[in-house]
Amino acid sequence: MAAVESIGTRERPMTRGARAARFALLAISFGFLSLLLLAPLGAVLAQAFANGFGGWLSSLADADTIASIRLTLLTAAIVVPVNTLFGIAAAWAIARFEFRGKSLLVTLIDLPLAISPVVAGLVLVFLFGAHGWFGGWLIERGLGVIFAVPGIVLATIFISFPYVARELIPLMQQQGSDDEIAALSLGARPWTTFVRITLPKIRWGLLYGVILCNARVMGEFGAVSVVSGHIRGLTTTMPLQVEILYNEYDFVAAFAVASLLALLAILTLVAKTLVEWRSRSGAR
Amino acid sequence: MPRGRIVAPSPLPGFGLTFGFTAFFLSAVILLPLAALVIRALEIPPGELLRLLVDERALASYRLSFGAAALAAAINAVFGFVVAWSLVRYDFPGRRLLDTIIDLPFALPTAVSGIALATVFSPSGWLGERLALAGVQVAYTRLGVVVALVLIGLPFVVRAVQPALVEVHRDLEDAAESLGAGGFNVFRRIILPTVLPALATGFTLAFARGIGEYGSIIFISGNLPFETEITPLLIVTRLEQFDYAGAAALGFFMLATSFVMLLAINAVQGWGQRRLGLGVAR
Repeated sequence: MAAVESIGTRERPMTRGARAARFALLAISFGFLSLLLLAPLGAVLAQAFANGFGGWLSSLADADTIASIRLTLLTAAIVVPVNTLFGIAAAWAIARFEFRGKSLLVTLIDLPLAISPVVAGLVLVFLFGAHGWFGGWLIERGLGVIFAVPGIVLATIFISFPYVARELIPLMQQQGSDDEIAALSLGARPWTTFVRITLPKIRWGLLYGVILCNARVMGEFGAVSVVSGHIRGLTTTMPLQVEILYNEYDFVAAFAVASLLALLAILTLVAKTLVEWRSRSGAR
Repeated sequence: MPRGRIVAPSPLPGFGLTFGFTAFFLSAVILLPLAALVIRALEIPPGELLRLLVDERALASYRLSFGAAALAAAINAVFGFVVAWSLVRYDFPGRRLLDTIIDLPFALPTAVSGIALATVFSPSGWLGERLALAGVQVAYTRLGVVVALVLIGLPFVVRAVQPALVEVHRDLEDAAESLGAGGFNVFRRIILPTVLPALATGFTLAFARGIGEYGSIIFISGNLPFETEITPLLIVTRLEQFDYAGAAALGFFMLATSFVMLLAINAVQGWGQRRLGLGVAR
């Protein structure tokens, strides 16, 4: 592969008409992506730093904003490991065994991707809200789920549920289980086999899934918005804090928090690209 | 698999543990909550449920959510194809960077996209100001909903079309050209038929995502009932007014739509595989 790339460009000699088409299509692509992706990203940064670096920093130093950052980090610290564990278990069962109802299971795992985030929040309200199935039981015991942190965690688990599993299932199916069978037949224990054989083989795919899952977890808005109740300093995550500040016309502060989330998105894309590059070169 | 067995024999351990955990977690976290919504909606007397589903305000929100999602997916089918073509066929400075930022709408929280678009397209914003001179208003109109959904749907189409474009046989294009086919004919007869299933998949994925989208829309749409109110927002509004039956009915409808979209995505992908299998010889 590398040799082919180094010989020259992937493009071939072109006629004049093809060159004109190339110019036009590239111009459309650049124009479209600039308007759609770069202009909004630029707007976030321009607004966030409208009052300079000092203004940006003092917006972030607000107590409610700091609480929202802390809640977002706490949510990610709970949800990402839980969904990673689930993803590994689901991928092991699905990629390593043949069983009845497997395609149904795969479809059900993908289900949250097809469901509106608002519906994801709504179902939790009907389960744990004051009028929900378990609402009365929870209220009697003074346990809050809806309009409290547990609801935010559950809503976030719901919407980010498939990300790790989706990366691992095709990867592990493609890798097959010959190495694991060899290790087991030589007397390795199951757990040792998993840690020493499987985990190193899937680490890049796993990392990729974790990165995507984390981005979705930290940025989730719709589902969390329905169950949070927007109690300042208590149940507002960073995206909800952005909404509150924006609706109060505190644009510099809203965009300052948004700039942190945009930074997270950019870091996610960089990490994703590095992992793609690393796993491709590792596969060779 | 032998008859009567649930799982085929395997030398590997851990099926019971991993399958059990997967099935339990899936049931507890996804299926049980979904069942709560379905049962809540079906507890509503059928006549009342129907009234809630086809209420004028709900109908207006469906028209906007489905119409804007379809229009945005169609726009993305065109521009997403051009972008995918540029990335696959041309070498130019910044190609890698462009390829990377295609995923920005996946990575950027929807609320951030939402307030950024509202700012850029507001009548005093960078683009909104220029468009206002041409008499076009994007922010706080239905057009704003479409713009937000174009942003959200773009990576679905580009990422579906890219691998399909790599598959197009260049020798077929060359053969067609040497036999005198013009650029447009090559596109229509060779490239489009090969890429069409991928384009249809990308369109369906973008459309499905667009119907349920919330965060990136509500800041730019203005949220006027009957005018710029999408269905997910109407659910939130009904919930905030303690109209639980109304919220359950609409949530049930959206959930049913999600299942239909999942079936549609599977159908489109199956059609594409059959089509490519029977079509151009590999």
